[in-house]
Amino acid sequence: MTDINQTPDLHARPGRLSEFWFYFRENRGAVIGLWIFAIFAFLAFFGPWVAPHDATAQYRDVTLQPPVWQEGGSWTHILGTDPLGRDMLSRLIVGARYSFFVGVVVVSIAATGGIIIGLIAGFAPKWLDSIIMRIMDIVLAFPSLLLALVLVAILGPSLTNAMIAIAIVLQPHYVRLTRASVMSERQKDYVTSARVAGSGVVRMMFVTVLPNCLAPIIVQAALSFSTAILDAAALGFLGMGAQPPTPEWGTMLAEAREFILRAWWVVTFPGIAILVTVLAINLMGDGLRDALDPKLKRS
Amino acid sequence: MTFIPTFIGVTLISFSFIRALPGDPIQVMAGERGISDERYAELAAQFGYDRPIYVQFWDYLTGVLQGDLGNSFVTKRPVWDEFFALFPATLELSICAMIFAVVLGLPAGVVAAVNRGKFADRALMSTALIGYSMPIFWWALLLIIVFSGNLQWTPVSGRINLIYYFPNPTGFMLIDSITSGQKGAFLSAVRHLILPTIVLGTIPLAVIARQTRSAMLEVLGEDYIRTARAKGMSPSRINGVHALRNALIPVITVIGLSVGTLLAGAILTETIFSWPGIGKWMVDSIFRRDYPVVQGGLLLIAVMVMIVNLTVDMLYGVINPKIRKR
Repeated sequence: MTDINQTPDLHARPGRLSEFWFYFRENRGAVIGLWIFAIFAFLAFFGPWVAPHDATAQYRDVTLQPPVWQEGGSWTHILGTDPLGRDMLSRLIVGARYSFFVGVVVVSIAATGGIIIGLIAGFAPKWLDSIIMRIMDIVLAFPSLLLALVLVAILGPSLTNAMIAIAIVLQPHYVRLTRASVMSERQKDYVTSARVAGSGVVRMMFVTVLPNCLAPIIVQAALSFSTAILDAAALGFLGMGAQPPTPEWGTMLAEAREFILRAWWVVTFPGIAILVTVLAINLMGDGLRDALDPKLKRS
Repeated sequence: MTFIPTFIGVTLISFSFIRALPGDPIQVMAGERGISDERYAELAAQFGYDRPIYVQFWDYLTGVLQGDLGNSFVTKRPVWDEFFALFPATLELSICAMIFAVVLGLPAGVVAAVNRGKFADRALMSTALIGYSMPIFWWALLLIIVFSGNLQWTPVSGRINLIYYFPNPTGFMLIDSITSGQKGAFLSAVRHLILPTIVLGTIPLAVIARQTRSAMLEVLGEDYIRTARAKGMSPSRINGVHALRNALIPVITVIGLSVGTLLAGAILTETIFSWPGIGKWMVDSIFRRDYPVVQGGLLLIAVMVMIVNLTVDMLYGVINPKIRKR
């Protein structure tokens, strides 16, 4: 009996992963997204060593130098320099780590908190469940950027506080998602049999039910990674995120705003960096969803 | 039914946020001149800050229910009046952005679904994904560079050229500029509106196009579509009437849910284009530490989002008889 049950299970594990990769690989956009994300992650870790210049060094004799292909550009500063004479390319490369960091921290906080609260709501008696879900409704009633903005105003403008604010704002999505999957999983026979076998509530929550709810949560994590980057850049742009001279992409855009009609490159490149990163993550998210969600798989 | 506890919760949150903001509101009001202790106590009593916090909350809640949100520290005008003076500007912009998004997004989604897997589908959906990933504050700057800077087609900020002046009975610049009868006023209002509309409508446009496509794909696989096709009905009638009608249900949800996104986007759009609406008003008030405004604005915006969500829920029943019966 045990033999029959365990043998296919051992094969099912690697099978699931390779099945996932099979479907993920079919989506060309998702694979491109994965590659761009890999470059982004590489720059986030090794940016200062890859960058041609120091991101904060000011070359005062070459302020607002255009990129190399335009008249007046030079190979020393390939993407030109900003109003203080700092090298744009180096700042963009070093800036990758802030966006990456924001994404990782926000998704970790929001997902961990959201999953735990969602599991509790899914298993709790009805009154506690209603209280939790009402609180989440309340948070969701505020437009996310506005709520984050006010939270940062309370906590004081900095990148850390921006991350905390964005994590709080994104949390309810995880709670709702986890609760919804828990609710549908709880009806199934394997959960009943686990209960009959005498497993405790905590074990049922984390060991029995949670692994089966993970697919939509992983997709949500990818999507909120990009939301987090966009929101952090927006807060930086409004002066409520990372503070100058940090080369965070949103903050760079805010600093460059007054030069938009004189020096297009100081405005264009940070935005392209944000767009390409967010686009790559969204492409990856779409691929993840198609590969993980069996309902959509064959459509 | 869940509206009332949520409303109280929203009030509680906007109330307690402001109590948590750094800086004493009375000190802020006094500014750099400072304030004597007696005057401080007098003002604290006047605004009720010397009473227990729960009494303050109760007062605030009952005030809110009577339409009293306190007065702005900066302009001394009631928050309620300020909000509704600026709200039409945001509403006008949001409606235009929504029209822009729906008018382009619905056909794009339908065309993509009908041509599934072909070039049109891939081109439209790639564009939609780029739109969906767009940092709209940067998008706004790009459009300003191209259309206001290089081409000089559109103005950079405001709602209308300052040479025009007329009373603003409806608050909607497009309507008022026509009724004012001044030559060129309407055109000026439109030119001011174009860029903010595109910027604010970009993300809803992408979301609507993607949602329409996936809803259409689902519906196109249904039996009744095959029946319609077998009857010899023209493809345009099948796609445009029979399929689209049922595909609209999830799309309307998305449109409803976009209201929150629109308001969040309005914060950025209005700040960049100096559009005198509630988004810019909120950002300015946060920077000026104008507590009653931040508090009241947060509350009113949240209540608005809640009302829209409730309306969307009720609209379901109207569009989808299946839900009505249940």
